[in-house]
Amino acid sequence: MSDAVRIDLTVNGRAMGGAAEPRTHLADFLRQELRLTGTHLGCEHGVCGACTVIVDGRPVRACLLLAVQAAGCEVTTVEGLAALDGPLGDLQAAFRRRHALQCGFCTPGMLMTLAALAAAQPDADEAEVRAALSGNLCRCTGYAPIIAAALDVLEARRASSAT
Amino acid sequence: MKPAPFVYHAPRDRSSAVSLLGSLPNAKVLAGGQSLVPMLNMRYAAPDHVIDLNRVAGLAGVRIDEHAVEIGAMTRQVDLLESSELARRLPLVAAALRHVGHVQTRSRGTIGGSLCHLDPAAELPLVALVSDATLTAAGPRGERSIPAAEWARGFMAPALAPDEILVSIRFDLRGASGYGFHEFARRHGDFAIVAAAVLIELDGERVARARAALGGVGPTALRLGALEAALRGQQASRVGEVIGPALAALEPVADAYYGARYRRHLARVLAERAMRDAIGRAREAPR
Repeated sequence: MSDAVRIDLTVNGRAMGGAAEPRTHLADFLRQELRLTGTHLGCEHGVCGACTVIVDGRPVRACLLLAVQAAGCEVTTVEGLAALDGPLGDLQAAFRRRHALQCGFCTPGMLMTLAALAAAQPDADEAEVRAALSGNLCRCTGYAPIIAAALDVLEARRASSAT
Repeated sequence: MKPAPFVYHAPRDRSSAVSLLGSLPNAKVLAGGQSLVPMLNMRYAAPDHVIDLNRVAGLAGVRIDEHAVEIGAMTRQVDLLESSELARRLPLVAAALRHVGHVQTRSRGTIGGSLCHLDPAAELPLVALVSDATLTAAGPRGERSIPAAEWARGFMAPALAPDEILVSIRFDLRGASGYGFHEFARRHGDFAIVAAAVLIELDGERVARARAALGGVGPTALRLGALEAALRGQQASRVGEVIGPALAALEPVADAYYGARYRRHLARVLAERAMRDAIGRAREAPR
């Protein structure tokens, strides 16, 4: 009664597809069918934010969206932030510089929430960064370096777009 | 933490959605999925069929005219928050939405999903109740209107027949001159422990009409009829004296974390803050 269905979508700018049962959520589909294991699964019930990806421009919890619902959508995962074997993206580099990760498990979700925020609200201030990150849990860092990294990137992007 | 198997249906129009719902046994309607999918993942719910409304045409969108705002049930919370016209015309809803989940859940979560899931501490059923909103449901026999006061039939039990879906919610804008919304939760984005919503109309410095409701104190959001009656005709500067006595008889639900006494305390404090905000805004409102 739950045969696999074909799901075609765009991931990180590339047309991709696979088969999955309708009960498969997007995070499992990305990891197991498309082998994009950068997206992490923490709580799997929408609380921790580790699985956050961007779907059609919005940050979403990939454990709360069925893969079949993402058919035809544009999905960006953490793998989309930097070219394979290329330099880190600006958010990733800022995380490294600011020590904004320790175990790193939550980091893909943090990065995708911040990537969506920086794209939608380039003028976001610290309060807005904190509000956006309230949906992402980190048990190592205490958040301060994550917020510092985010503010670095927002400021650098504003400076470069002003010139 | 994986859902049990189900058959997935993605109807394209409202009548197919309704006829699927009426004909399939043990079916569940999927809106934004921010409450249902966790329940599926944890197998608290194990429907045989899931009917996804996300591809049904005509269920999302906001229509604003002179006297009312009508919001399609599948309108996403983020789209409501990003509408500057909605923030201007229906500021109570905009204020409440800032407390609903997180940016990642508001991307998908819908107003209709919140109203149908009907968590007793959820913000959107509370603002619908205090605003005297009207909900429209569609079923095999057509559409019908349901006043918000009759929407919650009990704990997480909306007044929908098993073969009906919610299609829209209408807020009447007349007479809503000042609003207030306050809630207390342990963490930003959690369901409220207690939430209070207030609408005030002033006649000079007297309260012409007060509407007030609480979330998180009972199995459903609670309209405070006794408080509203006690406030009518009161001097705006003296409403604080009325709130305590009017809420003394409140018997909030208790759970393992928050007892009835604590919730009653929060109810009084938050209702008073919401009332003061509402009066302040009513004073500034154009006549």
